[in-house]
Amino acid sequence: MKFLENIVHKMEPKFAKGGKLEKWHPMFESFTTLAFTPANVTQKGAHIRDGVDLKRTMITVIIAMIPCLLFGIYNTGHWEMVAAAGDRSLDFWADGGAKFMAGLWVVLPLIVVSYGVGLTIEFIFGFMRGHSLHEGFLVSGMLIPLVMPADVPLWMVGVATAFAVIIGKEIVGGTGMNILNVALTARAFLFFAYPTSMSGDKVWMAGNEASVDGFTGSTALGDLATFMSDKPVFENLEAYTNNYSFLDSVWGIIPGSIGETSLIAIMLGALILLFTGVGSLRIMASFFIGGYVMGLILNAFGGNEFLDLPAHFHLAIGGFAFGAVFMATDPVTASQTATGKIIYGFLGGVIAILIRVLNPAYPEGVMLAILFMNVMAPIIDHYVVQGNIKRRLKRVKTA
Amino acid sequence: MSKTVKLRKGLDIRLIGVANKVKSEVALPKTVSVKPSDFHGMTPKMLVKEGQEVKAGSIIFQDKYNEPIKFASPVSGTVEAIVRGEKRRILEVLISTSQDQQFENSGKKEVASMSNEEVKALMLASGLWPFVKQRPLDIVANPVNEPKAIFVSAFDSSPLAPDFDYILHGKNEEFSTGMEALKKLTSGKVHLTLNGKSPADSAFTEVKGVEVNKIIGKHPAGNVGTQIHHIDPVNKGEFVWTVNAQDVAIIGRFFLSGQYNAKRTIALTGSEVKDPQYIDTIIGANVADILEGQITSDNVRVISGNVLTGDKISKDGHLGFYHNQITVIPEGNELKFVLTKGWLGLGFDKFSNSRLFPTFLSGKKKFRLDTNTNGEERAFVVTGELERVFPFDILPMQLTKAAITDDIDGMENLGIYEVAPEDFALCEYVCTTKINIQDKIRQGLDLIGEECM
Repeated sequence: MKFLENIVHKMEPKFAKGGKLEKWHPMFESFTTLAFTPANVTQKGAHIRDGVDLKRTMITVIIAMIPCLLFGIYNTGHWEMVAAAGDRSLDFWADGGAKFMAGLWVVLPLIVVSYGVGLTIEFIFGFMRGHSLHEGFLVSGMLIPLVMPADVPLWMVGVATAFAVIIGKEIVGGTGMNILNVALTARAFLFFAYPTSMSGDKVWMAGNEASVDGFTGSTALGDLATFMSDKPVFENLEAYTNNYSFLDSVWGIIPGSIGETSLIAIMLGALILLFTGVGSLRIMASFFIGGYVMGLILNAFGGNEFLDLPAHFHLAIGGFAFGAVFMATDPVTASQTATGKIIYGFLGGVIAILIRVLNPAYPEGVMLAILFMNVMAPIIDHYVVQGNIKRRLKRVKTA
Repeated sequence: MSKTVKLRKGLDIRLIGVANKVKSEVALPKTVSVKPSDFHGMTPKMLVKEGQEVKAGSIIFQDKYNEPIKFASPVSGTVEAIVRGEKRRILEVLISTSQDQQFENSGKKEVASMSNEEVKALMLASGLWPFVKQRPLDIVANPVNEPKAIFVSAFDSSPLAPDFDYILHGKNEEFSTGMEALKKLTSGKVHLTLNGKSPADSAFTEVKGVEVNKIIGKHPAGNVGTQIHHIDPVNKGEFVWTVNAQDVAIIGRFFLSGQYNAKRTIALTGSEVKDPQYIDTIIGANVADILEGQITSDNVRVISGNVLTGDKISKDGHLGFYHNQITVIPEGNELKFVLTKGWLGLGFDKFSNSRLFPTFLSGKKKFRLDTNTNGEERAFVVTGELERVFPFDILPMQLTKAAITDDIDGMENLGIYEVAPEDFALCEYVCTTKINIQDKIRQGLDLIGEECM
C-alpha cells in the first residue's frame, strides 16, 4: 500500500503543529488511523506491546452482531409480508429474496441514521477536545438499530441517538467514561419520550394495519400483555402458545425489535464473543441463570399467565438474550471486578424477569434492568474492593 | 518453612534471540558509566572531580541526603566527564578505563565472625550497598530500617532473560559467602527462591542456613516481587530487602578477596543480534564493543535490560547498574497497513495474550516483535485483561487508577507498599489502553514515599 502511505506522508506536514490545517489534525488522524496503525513507538516502560488495540476489539463485537443483523433483516421482511397479506401462516422460509430486500429497505436507513448522527457528534466532540475519533461508537451505532422496532420513524432514531451520545456519553467524558449503556439510553429515551409510538400495536409490523383475527400486531410479549387484559386466565396462555411455540421463539420467527428475536443468532454471536474473550462469560452466564432462577421462583408462586409462563420461555422471548449477550457485557458500564461481574449479571437477570412478569405494561424489563444495574455496578465493585482491602488489613493484624 | 508456590496467572512472551550458552570475553571497555538515574530517587553528591584518578572500588559519589550510602567506580582509570543535564542535574559519570586495573583493597574478611553492624558498615563504606534494594518503593535500601526478611530470586523469567544457573555455575563459594553476608543484615530469614520447573545449579542448592523456596509458573514467577507476595508479603510499616542473584556473588567476592570486582556475565539477546551469546563484561560497560558486528540493521532499539523493564540506550551507550542483559529489537516506527499488518490483518506476526490473534494457535513459535505501540492511547474500556497476567491478590486496574489520580489512601489500601513498577510490566504489555502503567505506578510510589514514609 505504498501509494496510500505516500499520500499520508505528503499530507501530514499540513496537519502537524505549525501547519496550515493544524486545527483539523484530529480529523486527519481519525481517517489515517483507520487505514494504518500509526508509527508510534514506545517511549517509556515496556518496549514491546501486545498486538491488540481497541479497534480490533470493537470490530470483533460488530462481527458477533452480524448473525443477529442478517436474521433481523430477514425477519423484518417476513413480518412485513405477513402483515401486508394479513395471514399469519405464511411459510417463514418462502420468498427469501424478496423478504431480505424488504427487510433491508427498513433496516439500512436505521443503520445509516444511527451511525451518521452518532459519528458526527463524536467527531465534533473529539475535535473540540483535540483528539481523533475513538472507537466506542462503532459498536453502539450497530446496537441502536438492533434494539429498535421495525417501524420506528427515522427522525426518532436520530433524536434518540443524539441524546444518548451527547448526554449519555460525551458529556461525562467520552469513550470509556459512560455510566449508562449508550444503545439502551437511546432506547429508553424513545420509550419514555414517545411511549405511544413505541409500545402497543403500531410499531411492529412495519406500518401495515392488522386485519386478521386475534392479530393485534404487537410483539410476542405485547401479544401476551394484550391477552392478559382482555381474557380470563388459562385461555390466554393457550392463545399465546397457539401463535408462537417455544421453538419459534428460539429460532426467532416472532415479531420483535430487529436484532433481538433469534436466540440461535444471538448464541452464535455469544460464541464469537466468548471464544475471543471480548465478552465476559461471567456476566452472560450469571445473567441467564439469574433470569431462569427468577422465572422458577415466579412459577412457584403462580397465579396468572405471566407467573405461569415456564422459566425457559423467558430466556427466548423479548430482549432478554440480546441484552444478556450484547448489552450487559459492555465492559465500560458493567462491573469491573471479576466477582462483581457475577453479582452484576445475576441481579440483572433477576430484575429483568421480575419487571417483565410483575409489570406487564413494561415489555422492556430487560432494558430497564440493565440500565439499573449500570448504575449499581460501581457499588458492587466498591464492596468487592473493600473485601480485597480488608483481607490486606487482616494480614497486618495477624503479622 | 520452605514453600512451593504455584502460579496460575502470567504470560511467557516468546521472542527470537535467546542467548546461546557460549561465553566470550570482551576486552575491557574503553569507558564505563555510572548513572545516578539507575538509582531512582537518589540525588548524588560528587566526591571526585573530572580528571581525577580512581581505582576499582573507589567511592565516586554518595547519596546527598543519606550520606552512609556510597557508590563506587567499577573500574580503575580517570574520571573523563561528569555529564550534567538541566538544572545541573548529574546524568552520568564517565570513567575511561586504564590498561592495568588497580583495586581498592580492604583485605579478606571472615563473614561468619563479623557482627551485623560490621557487615553493614563495611558494605556501605565500600560501595556495595546499592546492590541492596528495598520494598516498599523499590529503591536503594535505607540502611536505617530493619527488614523483616531478605529475598533473592535464583532465576529471571523475563523474555530472553539470561540463565543464572549457567552464569553462576562454578561460583559456589562466592555465592554462598554473599548469602552469608546477607544473613547478617537481617534478624529475620533470608529467602532464596528457585525455579520449580527445573533443577537448580549447585551454586544455589549448596547454600546453607537460608529458606529455600520453589516457585512454578510463567513470568513473572522470577520477579522477586511475586515471590515476596506469595511467601511473606510486605505490610504497611514493614521492609523487605532484595538483591539480584549475580550481585550476591559480587558481594561474596568482595568479602573473599577484599576487592570490589564488578565483573558481570550478561546475555546479548534479541532478534536483531546475529549471534546471541553470553559476554563477560563489567557493570556500566560501554556496549559499542559488545555490539560490534552483531547488529543486523540500522533501525533497531538497543535496550539495556529486558524488553519489559529495560532502558533504551544508544549503540554506544552503557550497561545499566542492575542489568544482566542487552536486548536488540527492531524499531517499529513505520505505518502498518490495516489489512496486512494493522488492526484488521490476520495477525500471524503479532504476539497477543487475547484470543483476537492466532497467537494461541502457535505453540512454541517465537516471534520477532518491534517497538510499535500497535494502537493509540485510549481510556480503560476492556476490563479483566490485566488480572490475567498479574498473579497477586491485588487489583491491578484499581491500583493503577489510584496512582494516576494521586489517591494516596486508595493506593495504600490497594497494596502500593508491596509492588514495584516491574511487577506491572506484563500488565503494561497486554493493556489495550497503551497507557504507560509502569510510569504511573512509579509516580504513585514517589508520592507515597514523599507523603507517607
